[in-house]
Order: sequence, then C-alpha cells, then structure tokens
Amino acid sequence: MKKNIKLFITLGLILMVGILSTACGEDKPTINVYNWGDYVDPDVIREFEEEFGVKVNYDTFATNEDMYVSIKKGGTSYDVVFPSDYMIERMIEEGLLEKLNKDNIPNLANIDERFLDLEFDPNNEYSVPYMWGTVGIVYNKNMVDDVVDSWDILWNEKYEGQILMLDSQRDSIGVALKKLGYSMNTRNLEELEEAKEELIKQKPLVYAYVGDEVKDLMVAEEAALAVVWSGEAIAIGRENDNVEFAIPKEGTNLWFDCMVIPKNAKNKELAEEFINFMNRPEIAARNTEYVGYSTANIKALEYLPDYIRNSSVAYPSDEELQNVEIFKDPKDFLSVYDEIWVEVKAQR
Amino acid sequence: MVSRGLKRLYTFLMFLFIYAPIVVLIIFSFNNARTRGTWSGFTLKWYAELFRDKEVLTALYYTILVAILSAIISTIIGTIAAIGIYGMTKVRRKIILNLNYLPVLNPDIVTAVSLMTLFRFLRIEFGFITLLLSHITFCIPYVILSILPKLRQMNKHLAEAAMDLGATPFYALRKVIIPEIKPGIVTGALLAFTLSIDDFVISFFNKGPGVSNISITVYSMARRGINPVINALSALMFTGLIILLLIINSRSSKSIGERGDII
Amino acid sequence: MRMKWTSYPYILWMIIFIVVPLALILLYSFTVGEEGGITNLRFSLDNFRRFLDPKYLDVLWISINLALKSTLITMVLGYPLAMIIAKEKPKKRNVMILLLVIPMWMNFLLRTYAWLTLLGKNGFINYIITKLGFAPLNLIYNDRAVLLGMVYNFLPFMVLPIYSVLVKIDKSLIEAAEDLGANKFEVFSKVTFPLSIPGIITGITMVFMPAVSTFVISRLLGGGQYMLIGNLVEQQYLWVGDWHFGSAISIIMMAFILVTMAITAKFDNQKEGGGGLW
Repeated sequence: MKKNIKLFITLGLILMVGILSTACGEDKPTINVYNWGDYVDPDVIREFEEEFGVKVNYDTFATNEDMYVSIKKGGTSYDVVFPSDYMIERMIEEGLLEKLNKDNIPNLANIDERFLDLEFDPNNEYSVPYMWGTVGIVYNKNMVDDVVDSWDILWNEKYEGQILMLDSQRDSIGVALKKLGYSMNTRNLEELEEAKEELIKQKPLVYAYVGDEVKDLMVAEEAALAVVWSGEAIAIGRENDNVEFAIPKEGTNLWFDCMVIPKNAKNKELAEEFINFMNRPEIAARNTEYVGYSTANIKALEYLPDYIRNSSVAYPSDEELQNVEIFKDPKDFLSVYDEIWVEVKAQR
Repeated sequence: MVSRGLKRLYTFLMFLFIYAPIVVLIIFSFNNARTRGTWSGFTLKWYAELFRDKEVLTALYYTILVAILSAIISTIIGTIAAIGIYGMTKVRRKIILNLNYLPVLNPDIVTAVSLMTLFRFLRIEFGFITLLLSHITFCIPYVILSILPKLRQMNKHLAEAAMDLGATPFYALRKVIIPEIKPGIVTGALLAFTLSIDDFVISFFNKGPGVSNISITVYSMARRGINPVINALSALMFTGLIILLLIINSRSSKSIGERGDII
Repeated sequence: MRMKWTSYPYILWMIIFIVVPLALILLYSFTVGEEGGITNLRFSLDNFRRFLDPKYLDVLWISINLALKSTLITMVLGYPLAMIIAKEKPKKRNVMILLLVIPMWMNFLLRTYAWLTLLGKNGFINYIITKLGFAPLNLIYNDRAVLLGMVYNFLPFMVLPIYSVLVKIDKSLIEAAEDLGANKFEVFSKVTFPLSIPGIITGITMVFMPAVSTFVISRLLGGGQYMLIGNLVEQQYLWVGDWHFGSAISIIMMAFILVTMAITAKFDNQKEGGGGLW
C-alpha cells in the first residue's frame, strides 16, 4: 500500500511538472489558424512564430462545409480562416466575420486588382484573397487514350474503376451540372434532380470519392482520371510526368480562397499581422510554390520559378477562363445539396 | 492425425491474418521508396522524419498525457464510486449501474456527439479540457465494472470487523477494503489507460485547435494518402507495446488471460 | 459497512456527463430551430419523419447489412479458433490469447491504415499477385474491403467471449457424453455448442455494435463511397450542422442497439455480471 501511495505521488508530480511546462510554453500569444489541409508551407508558419515570438495552432478542414459548421456552432475560436468565395458570402451575411482593419494590412496593396472587389465581398471589407484556381480533370496520359476536353469522359464506361471524384458535394454536383450544360449556381430543382441522376449513374464507374488523398493516388497511378482543384494538378505533375490537366469545354468553376477573421477571434491584431505576413511577396511566393495553387499576390509572381509562372494550369489564359462561373451561396438550397449528396453516397 | 494438422494450419492462418498487416507495415517503414508496393532499399529516414514532425509529436504528447490523467482520475473516482455503489440498496444500485452501463453499451459515436452537444451547450471552449473530460467520462464505467466483482468477492464482514476493533471508516477503507480489491483497481486503471490511448471517435468530436491525439493524426494523415511516416509510427508503437507487456509480465508472473477480461 | 456517500461525486459526474448530454440529444431530436438557446426550440417530429425517407432507410439498411455480414464472418472464423485455443494446455492457451490481444492494443486507426497500404492498386497484395504473373485486382474501395476491415478489427471481440465460455465448460460433461456413446459431432452439437451460446451472444453484440456504428472503416477503406449510419451522423454534425436531424439519427441508433442488447441479454444468464461485456 505504501508503495502504491509513493507511486501515485511520483506520477502526480511528473504530471504536474509536465502540465506546468506546457502551460509555461503557452505563455506566448497564440493564434489559431484554420485552413485547408496542406495549404501553406509549414516553414512559413515556423518563420512567423519566430519573427513575432508567438505560437500558431494550425488546424485543418476538408471542405468549406465542415469549416462553416465549426465556425457557426462556436466552441472553438479561430483567428484566421481560409474559406472560399460563396462561403464568405454566407458568413458575411450571417455576421460571422469581423471587418478587417486595412491599416494593419498594408500588403493588401500587393494583391492583383483583378481579385479585389469581387461580388462576394465588395471593397474587401472582410477578406483578403489568398489563392485562386479552377476545377478540372487531371489524367494520366498512359492510361487515357481519349482526348480529355469534356466532363463526359468521367461518364465513359471504359474507365470504370479508374475515376476519382471530389468528396465535396458542391464541387461534384457542380461538375454534373456543367456536364448537363446547366449553371453551377442553378436554382432549378429539376436541373439539380438531373444532376443527381447523373452522379448516381456515374457511381459504379467511380473508384473513390476523395479529398486530399487525390494527390497520392494520382502520383501512384492508382487511377486514370480525377476531378481536382487546379493547384493539385501542379503538385501531382511535379511528382509524376505522365499527368496532364484539362479544363473541360463546357466550362468550370473559378474559385477564390481568402483569409478572413471570424467574429469570435481572440487575437484580432495578431491575426491581421498574420494576414499581412502571408502577403509579403516572398512569403506568398513560397506558399505558392509549396501548394501549387495560383497566388492572388501579383508581387509574388516574380519570385516564382518559371515552370509555375508560365504554367497554363495555374495561370490559364483569359480565353480559357471565358466559360467559368464563381459559386454563389446556395442559401435555402443548401439542404437540397445535402440531400442529393446523401442519396448519391447511399446508392449501391 | 489429420485433424490435428488441420487445426494447426487453421490457427496458423488466423494468426497470419492477424499479424501479416502489422508485419508488412513495420517492414515497409524501412522502405526507401514512398510508394507502397515495391521495395527499394533500406532506410531510417521515415523515423528521422517522424521525430521532426511537430504534428505527430504534439499528438503523441497529448495522447499520453490524456491517457495518464484520465486513467488516474477515472480510477480514483471509479474506485470510491464503486465502494459507494456496493453499499447501496438494491434498487438504487440497479439504477446507477444501468446508467453506468450507458457509455459502455452506446455506440461511441453517440457518446461522442452527446458530449460535443453538451460542451457546445455549456459554451466550453474545445481543447485539452474537453478532450480530458470526455476521456474520463468514458473510462469511469469500465473502472467501476472491473472493481465491483472484486467487492462482491470480498468478505462483507471484514470492514465491519475492522471498525469493531476501533478502525475509523477511512482507516478501514485504506487498510482493509482497498488491498482486497486492488487487482480490480489495477485492471480498471490499465483498461482506462488503453481505452484512452486507443480512442478515436470520442476524441475526434471533442478535440480543439492545436490539441489532438495519435488516432486523429493518423486519420488525417491517412486521408492525405499513404505516408511511410505512419508506418514508422506503427512500428514504434508496436515495439513499445511489446516492451510494456514484457515488463508487466515479468512483474506479475500471474497468468493474465485466464479469462477473457484482459483487454 | 455502508458508505454510499462515496459514490456521490460520481453520481454528480454521471448526471453532468452522461445523463444531461443524452437528454440534450433527446431534446434536439424532438425539436427544430436554432440550437443556441432552449427558448428558440419548437417541438416537432420532423426529424424522425425525415429519417423515414427511403434514402435514409437505405443507409440504415446498408449499415445493418454490412454489420450482420461482418458479425457472421467473424463468428464462422472465430468459433473454431476459440475452440482450438480452449482445448490447448493452460500455458499455451495463455500465450495464444495474449497473441490475439496484442494487436488490439495497437491503435485501431493504425490497424485500419495497415490494410490501406496492403489493398491499394499498387499495394503489397497486388505486388505479390503481379509477381506471380496474374493481373492486379481491385481490392480496395468496395464492399469486400470494408467487410475485411470490420472482420479484421473486430475478430478478437468474437473469439475472446466464446473462448472464455468454452474454457469454463466442465470437462466431465463432455466425458460423460462420450461415455454414453456420443460421437464427436454429437458432443459438439448437443453439449459444447449449446453451452457456448452465452459467449456467442456476447461476441455477436460486441462485433455487431461497433460494426454498425463505424464511420472510420467505411471512410478509409470504402473510399468515401459509403454512407453508413455512422457516416450520416458524422455528416449531420460536422458537415451539415443539422444537429436536430443528427440527434434523431443518434437516438434511433441508440434505441436500436439498446433494444438489441435487451433481447440478447435475455439469452444471457449472467445478470449484473461485471466483466460480462469485456
């Protein structure tokens, strides 16, 4: 018995020391950053921590939808979040975002004017663009012998079990809508119903519905075709030369991921400092090189290696961007999207 | 005898099925190539990468911290609760035990979302505290369930005799009851520790920014694709487990596994 | 000695962390409106009505179907193993049980991840298959992969309870049956098997329950193509944010499992038995 008490006391002491040492470690100001997986160069975060003597808790989400839920429901306070266009629109409308103090973000001047003042956030009162891109198809040219220029190829039975779709309801339903020639922002129930039928028809051909693992699967040549966000195509192309990217002729989605500060942020000043830091040209360039997406920071371009700067995947011509749509907040149609997605997923 | 050989073969195949994936995982942690199928030379670089990976190290730290804390706290609460429950009238005991069974019987995901709902309802910030509270909550019932049978085996009159001889209740508790039920307490603590280390679902719903555990980290890494760093982690955890078992075994040569209750 | 007061801290704990959370879920499942404050909630049966939609019933059915299949497979595979182990000498059988339990102490996620690396198109199994001169197979992201993941993870849950019942069977019963002229098969079907039924039932519940509510195995080995009931709860809570519907599904799942438990408990003789489940 004595022995046990001693054991307990020592254990308790070890724990106390452990807890105290971590508690001391957290004396530094902390910001919680909430971002997509693999969407920032980890060294950049480390540099920010060192330069400002702070601690960054980096947390990730997989889609705009799950990010929105955790912000909306509260319980966690994030300081900087990276949502996309339509979600920013919704978050502004629901009063979830804090207005930015632009005096603290002088590097806002480095942002390409084309990406400022967009419909989802006029005057950029709430958001600073981070990356942008399109949605397209990456394919392995050794495994696909057809011309990839249309979403139709994702419904081609020849590629049964070799197609990867995005595990993101908005994007996958968007693809089906575009294939049918409808708007990605349609508010017509019949068109959405048709899109659902298309996705159900396609399901037997699909190898998997994936998120970030698409990179790994395409590099390892486990699948022939995949719907991806453009930056993934660059990242995949770096590791596998057989992979090409195409934007289907029916048109696609043009998206912007921006940095915002939620209402319940605890450390707004530091968050703005972080946003400003991320927009230093050389920092933005390093992030761009790391993630493969297209930067909204025009000054960063000159720091980028040629293969990225001249890439038509990352920086498509205006001609290729003719046919694109930016997502709008589906608002009351959200539940329709949810139900369609459940039905597609539950299909056997 | 044919059937004897057949039995051997069957046992061998079953254990092969159970161990092959782990062995392959460990072997491939030394594989130079990132891709999974082919072997392209021996390396230790994934181990080096593992020890540089801040995400994994923080997760490991929280996993162990939460496991130790929840094991200790749930064992203390559980032990005194079990003694109290044992002294209750039958009806009350039944009610308490049934409630106690709920987290055991409920699917993890229901426990997880119910706790998440509670924390959101009380506006508790998600993080270390919520993680720890939820782990303690699902550990206590197992502690109680492993102590109660020992209490039942105990001679009822022991404590009374001690008090008749002038022991205070606390003294009787410390000197008589606790030594009697010690095997149950140890089992309960071990059970709580391993349950906490292994938990994914409840942690997944109740973690906060910057706080996560190994299961969650593995899940998010696995969702990014095959990563040999996870193989290295598995190899280390497996070896750690074996070492731990050897220590426990050598300390108590008592045969564990006599019954099925050693998980 | 009556010291029931020592249980009061835990009773308080239980009320806060077990009773209240479940009560909240129950409340949300029968209401609609903003979850923020109780005042905004209105009573409604919509959440349950919504679940009756064929697409959600499909989800339930697929989950039950997969869970039943995996339970059956673990039983068929696990029973002989439990029997073989139970017949070994005590020393050897302890080692075997330990060997069976060790992988369970390893992280559940790591065990599932192991199969991810084995089953992939360029995974280890296909590597061997192609080395042997066959065409690679589609092993992952389908029913079989999810089933395999369940069977692999839950097999020990079936073997251990059956084993612990078998090992307690009085040897003289079997000898008596043999003396009375029963052959091996008769001994098994008339003596051993009926006596092991409590173990089988514990095993069934211990495999079926986690299998029916899993969302990890279906996500990792099913390639996002599976919407099981666990995935549906996760989706409602984390992706859609409809906690009312999510709560309703949780309540349905809980009711389903508690009823299953109650039925199986009828078969089980061990009442109020502590280690029964474990």
